[in-house]
Amino acid sequence: MLELERRKVPSRTMIWLAPVLAVLATMVVGGLVFSALGYDGFAAVRAIFIDPLITLRKWQDLGLKAAPLVMIATGLAIGFRANVWNIGAEGQYVVGGLAGTGVALATWEMTGWWILPLMCIAGALAGMAWAGIPALLRTRFNVNEILSSLMLTYVAVQLLYYMVNGPWKDPDGFNFPQTRIFTDAQMLPYLSGIGYLNVPLALVISLVVWFLMARTMLGFQIRVVGAAPMAARYGGFSQRRTIWLALLAGGGLAGLAGLFEAAGPFGQMVPAFPTGYGFTAIIVAFLGRLHPLGILAAGIILAVTYVGGEASQSSLGLPSAATGVFQSMMLFFLLAADVLVGWRLRLRRRVTE
Amino acid sequence: MTLITRRGLLKAGGAAAATLPFAGRAFAAEPLKVAFIYVGPVGDFGFTFAHEQGRKEAQAHFGENVVTTYVENVAEGPDAERVLKNLADDGNKLIFATSFGFMNPTVKVAKRYPDVMFEHCTGYQTAANIATYNARFYEGRAVCGTIAGHMSKTGIGGYVASFPIPEVVMGINAFTLAAQKVNPAFQTKVVWVSSWYDPAKEADAAKALFDQGADILSQHTDSPAPLQAAEQRGLMAFGQAWDMSSFAPKAHLTAIENHWGGYYIERIQAVIDGTWKTGSVWAGLKEDMVRMAPWNERIPPEVVKAAEAMRDGQADGSVKIFSGPIVDQNGTEKVPLGSALDDPTLLALDWYVAGVQS
Repeated sequence: MLELERRKVPSRTMIWLAPVLAVLATMVVGGLVFSALGYDGFAAVRAIFIDPLITLRKWQDLGLKAAPLVMIATGLAIGFRANVWNIGAEGQYVVGGLAGTGVALATWEMTGWWILPLMCIAGALAGMAWAGIPALLRTRFNVNEILSSLMLTYVAVQLLYYMVNGPWKDPDGFNFPQTRIFTDAQMLPYLSGIGYLNVPLALVISLVVWFLMARTMLGFQIRVVGAAPMAARYGGFSQRRTIWLALLAGGGLAGLAGLFEAAGPFGQMVPAFPTGYGFTAIIVAFLGRLHPLGILAAGIILAVTYVGGEASQSSLGLPSAATGVFQSMMLFFLLAADVLVGWRLRLRRRVTE
Repeated sequence: MTLITRRGLLKAGGAAAATLPFAGRAFAAEPLKVAFIYVGPVGDFGFTFAHEQGRKEAQAHFGENVVTTYVENVAEGPDAERVLKNLADDGNKLIFATSFGFMNPTVKVAKRYPDVMFEHCTGYQTAANIATYNARFYEGRAVCGTIAGHMSKTGIGGYVASFPIPEVVMGINAFTLAAQKVNPAFQTKVVWVSSWYDPAKEADAAKALFDQGADILSQHTDSPAPLQAAEQRGLMAFGQAWDMSSFAPKAHLTAIENHWGGYYIERIQAVIDGTWKTGSVWAGLKEDMVRMAPWNERIPPEVVKAAEAMRDGQADGSVKIFSGPIVDQNGTEKVPLGSALDDPTLLALDWYVAGVQS
């Protein structure tokens, strides 16, 4: 008979093994479930999880999908480590894209190397400002940042609709709600074979954040405030400062990711700009164990499910909901496997009488 | 086969009508691969569902000579670009992009795959390998408007709308104008949901419109949720893109049905024959691309007669819903008596007729 037994110390191996187990369990159970539904379940697993990884031309797609997820999740993880729950990255992402678009439209028909950096700064600052609102509310009035940051997402989306339906509407666009298409000076450079510049930048950013969190006093402070608030206070670390820092970091990276999407793959601002990266990034952050390098891997895994999910629709006739099923299963199994971090399975022999 | 009239509606790229270097023979050995991308799920029972019916019709028509596949729920933007690119890489030679927001992604991908032909639904950009096609939904809206003018007791129609693009604006105007021909005081209230498919938002919009006095509802979004809301309140509504009467047997008066199958068969055949050319198609009741679903039995016979007159008149060209005099919301006369809006003006329509509250 199997039985759970509490470990004396949480298992470090299991912390990293749990996500791997979750992915494996998803593949096995997903294969069985879709077989039971009358599809070729294991072909589906191969199409969704394996094919995108072994097809060279799909790597570019993976980078395109993973880059914004990794950037946003890296920023969110800083906050989550400090027990600051920024759920509104989607809104910070939208506002970042909007601010960059504002710069792009203001510099319409101008050229110069300074335009793109200015757009990046505007995007990051706008994301920080949007996340600064919950930070202010939390530190001043003790308002729960989960609610305020989430609700600000909807405000951001309405702001986007207003801008593309009103002041920013393309004058030559037949009244369609979208802005002009950005010019070359306003677009991220496209690296052939890799994708837009945001893909390598996302990698650099996650390495930099890893260094900051693991090797600097600042990172230590954030981790201590999250893990042991009393000890942090005793050690003289300001909780208020950490809240600000966590939200600004998350907002800034989400805003920058939004700008990168607007000035890269989108190349303009459209109502369909919010695609849920800000919410999916929460899954990525936890799947990656709130560790920048783990997040990198998790971002790629989620990207694999998106890219593979689309391919399996046309190759196997799977419904698009299959992607969602696999993603949710992964999170579900991760939460289940997390039990093994603090507990161990033990085989207990039944004593026969 | 339906006959489809081709018109050079917009200047954009219309000149490039060169036949692509495509030999029909090449496909004799292996089946032609044709792909469709949809903005919603095939189970929306509306716009995407109608396209899926068209795809199935084409697949049944060609049998083993053609392989059709689809990708549903594709977000408008970079996701669409990636899906289009992958479909082209997978060897599809004809790709139907069935939503307005796929336009810029289609243009981008089409440039990189000059030997793949693209068909974009409801947009305005064409190229040597991009054709556009659309249906005159507004003709169906006018039939609904006629019914609404007769059936509404409050004289207020509700309109659940997606985005204020010309296609939607002309639908609102056609509905209102037709209703006002019956009841000159008829008003249309519009709620925008900023989505093509969002059942929860659509239902909320419908309820808000009913609370503002509307007793009959039209929608330019793709789910049956507004109809279900009408059914619950015991009011009336029109289906979108396909017969949705199973969701609201009492409330569903009729629906505007989109029949794409004939067009899909014609275009696929053109690729097989090597005669595919770019162009812009805008077909309606006359060509059978737009049809009306069966009338609900609660519609009195004289109203059915008026609706059929509106339907048949538009089909044979004797009735033009956008003929003057038409006055806009500000009271300015936009179309004088004796003239009518032409197609290029309609396709850039950005004002509402008097009686619309948007």
